[in-house]
Amino acid sequence: MKFNETELKEVERLARRYPAGRQKSALLPVLHLAQVANGNWLDTDTMDYVASLLSITNIEVYEVASFYSMFNLKPVGKYLFEVCQTGPCNIQGAKDIIAYIEKKLGVKEGEVTADGLFSFKRVECLGACGYAPMLQLGEHFKEHLTPEKIDAIVDEHRKKAGL
Amino acid sequence: MSTKLLLDKAHIAGIETFEIYRKEGGYRAAEKALKSMTPDEITEEVKKSGLRGRGGAGFPTGMKWSFLAKPEGVPRYLVCNADESEPGTFKDRFLMEKIPHLLVEGLIVSSFALGANTAYIYIRGEYAWIVHILEKAIAEAKNNGFLGKNILGTGFDLEIHVQRGAGAYICGEETALLESLEGKRGNPRIKPPFPAVKGLYGCPTVVNNVESIAAAVPIVNMTGDEYAKIGLGRSTGTKLISASGNINKPGVYEIVLGLSVEEFLMSDEYCGGMKNGKKLKACVPGGSSVPILPHDLLFKTANGETRLMTYESLSDGGFATGSMLGSGGFIVYDEDQCIVENTYNFTRFYRHESCGQCSPCREGTGWMEKLLWRLDNGQGKMEDIDLLWDIQRKIEGNTICPLGDAASWPVAAAIRHFREEFEWHVTHPKEAMERNYGLRKNIYVAPTTAGA
Amino acid sequence: MAKVTIDGHLMEVPDGTTILNAARMMAEHHPELSANVPPAMCYYSKLEGSGGKCRTCLVQVTKGSEKDPRPMPKLVASCRTTVMDGMEVQNKLSPQVQDARKGVVEFLLLNHPLDCPVCDQAGECHLQDLGYEHGSQNTRYEFKRRTFEVEDIGDKVKLHMNRCILCYRCVFTANQITEGRVHGIINRGDHAEISTYIHQSIDNDFSGNVIDVCPVGALTDKTFRFKSRVWNTNPYNAHRECTNPKCNGHVVLWMAGNDILRVTARKDQWGEVESFICNECRFDKKSLGDWILEGPRKVDRHSVISGGHYNSLSDKKVLTKSTTFAVMEGSKKD
Repeated sequence: MKFNETELKEVERLARRYPAGRQKSALLPVLHLAQVANGNWLDTDTMDYVASLLSITNIEVYEVASFYSMFNLKPVGKYLFEVCQTGPCNIQGAKDIIAYIEKKLGVKEGEVTADGLFSFKRVECLGACGYAPMLQLGEHFKEHLTPEKIDAIVDEHRKKAGL
Repeated sequence: MSTKLLLDKAHIAGIETFEIYRKEGGYRAAEKALKSMTPDEITEEVKKSGLRGRGGAGFPTGMKWSFLAKPEGVPRYLVCNADESEPGTFKDRFLMEKIPHLLVEGLIVSSFALGANTAYIYIRGEYAWIVHILEKAIAEAKNNGFLGKNILGTGFDLEIHVQRGAGAYICGEETALLESLEGKRGNPRIKPPFPAVKGLYGCPTVVNNVESIAAAVPIVNMTGDEYAKIGLGRSTGTKLISASGNINKPGVYEIVLGLSVEEFLMSDEYCGGMKNGKKLKACVPGGSSVPILPHDLLFKTANGETRLMTYESLSDGGFATGSMLGSGGFIVYDEDQCIVENTYNFTRFYRHESCGQCSPCREGTGWMEKLLWRLDNGQGKMEDIDLLWDIQRKIEGNTICPLGDAASWPVAAAIRHFREEFEWHVTHPKEAMERNYGLRKNIYVAPTTAGA
Repeated sequence: MAKVTIDGHLMEVPDGTTILNAARMMAEHHPELSANVPPAMCYYSKLEGSGGKCRTCLVQVTKGSEKDPRPMPKLVASCRTTVMDGMEVQNKLSPQVQDARKGVVEFLLLNHPLDCPVCDQAGECHLQDLGYEHGSQNTRYEFKRRTFEVEDIGDKVKLHMNRCILCYRCVFTANQITEGRVHGIINRGDHAEISTYIHQSIDNDFSGNVIDVCPVGALTDKTFRFKSRVWNTNPYNAHRECTNPKCNGHVVLWMAGNDILRVTARKDQWGEVESFICNECRFDKKSLGDWILEGPRKVDRHSVISGGHYNSLSDKKVLTKSTTFAVMEGSKKD
């Protein structure tokens, strides 16, 4: 993966926000950018590329990427359902929603559907406790989940992918 | 009718734009602060206001500001902690989504008071869309002369940048946040030195919660003295409470500190009472890390006094019979909820979020999780309960950062108040898998003291 | 200068000294106080930024300073807490400290494989000492121990992640002593591990030093692997003219007869290397002709070779089996 011109400009903009010599500060935002550009996960080549862009060592990137739960170090579906399972979501039926998603997609947690479109993982509190149960999909939250809502989300994204 | 200082305009259509925010009286505090006040005067107003950090610890904000070291020729930073991740808490999200300019204005006022020319908003990675909302608000403020060089002709420069995290509760701890902002793993630093002396990039830094920074706006507008008149005792002003769980109206509420817990939970103005007419079993009043309170200690303190939504009243009785206001994450449990399961759930959360640096937290949280899973799944032993007690006791206070305490307190409080339910899980393993224990039976009775 | 009292013993130390180093200074002046020094599993005086993590050195500050006599509310990491004038500290005397330390030892051993019988660190392992001094005799942990995937980091250093206590010393060493760190801490929480992530070898002039700084058997010398139990070797001080400008060639040779089984840096009584050595000295110079022998090495704590056990008459039989008794020198003071 290599960034296109727009993405490179964004990297430059990000790096400019910190004092001279502190470009490592841009690591998290640049990794987010790289993950999107690389099909929703970070392979070693992508991380090494990010390291070279920010003039830091590769291990510095591995250390950071493996620390934060939003960076996927293994391939995931094009659409990743990150379903909250913590306290307030748990008492509002997160377990049932997770079971439903598993059944609906026909894959286990961490697996990807045959068409490469979907996968799901259980995550910890996302800050939507009053709107439970919920999941995160890309940059957005889907809240007050019901089986019907899950159906609609899956259908919508199948269509989006042209299937 | 209650006073609102932060969300009073949040319902107005278009308030997220500079134009409407300004029309509704926005950026008056920024003008007042920059044009007619000195930095020290602002800090003084914040001190007078009695504002306490809204992130959870409740440390007086003005005092935190006055600790900031000011060596010549060294930049200072203001970092806004928007890494809201404490289970049960979603108030900062609401504020930033609905009325982003309030935070921007608060940052202008606070940065001016602290002499910071760069401020960073560190926002949890999952709030991705809010990054765009904030960046738009910042750009608008800049276009209108409230950010950038020589703001309002006062000679004060300020840039605000939004930094997105990537999924780590621990980054809400201020030094872990700074590490993360420097592009590193979110490992809390060993203190001292404190950020006020050596913070971001080794420079003096103040880290404040979103709500604390936003509160600087009404404080400047109305003066610290007036702000301090709102609220009760040392719990001044208003507080955003995130309400969730088995209630009729979950959501974010701005309350005047001093409101009774019962009114907050039962009145239609706030939580609207228990959902489906169920009985109240317990409540975690300040985010997952604070001690859980059983129903019989929620509305009244152990002394029989009305329990209020204040720092003092919620902690009345200490950990034996009280809790904490914390971040204001108010989680309500009805009679159908299982305390053992909930304790397991929270402990799993803390194990997942431990950074792994120090041994008690890294090893202890996982051990507690395994024991609680076993208890929750009908495989526990009676001695597991005492073992859990001992483990949490050996984590608490012995770790680098407060995550160890945060992981210990919920376990300790659950065992303290709901021991009978834990024991029932051991003595009735099959039944415990099928039905819930219900309300606790050993209702709290205040100890009678013998005459002196 | 600041006056500090540790377990009732008063000493004046330079400003900026940590409690741990003050305790070490006391012990250096009064060897009978050695046992009062808090144990340190992660702190390493030669590695900047080390310490604070393992929590074994927690102590109680019962008086903050002359100026502010209030006690500190929590136990503090003595390796990272600076003394103040008039400070009073309790280590061995504080039941709270002993209790907390016992807890920390239990945490450190929770997932430790306890494979000492096949561990090359056995006999000079700080975790063994710590367990012996502060641990409990039985385990309360009834779950499967955590294990990590085996990672090969080259032909010189063996990484046993299961034994690691995450002290970070090897990471600091790679950062500060070597050029081009390729390993670090990856993952988080109880999954955090020492790794290169991409399974590459750690290979540079000074990489072998990670073995010496490791307090446990997580990083051991592959060229010494299963050659001998440490206590069956005889340590000698030796040196050579090392051409590496950063290495002074002063080492300890661990011998069996005339065979050099292992070369390490010289360690002081706190188990820290006196100076770091290069890989050539450590791995490639294994014949006696490479070295100028100085004499038997006095081994301080953290090795069963010291111990003091050798003083008793009943141990004499054991002693006669060996040819050289470096340990006798070291044992005299006991």
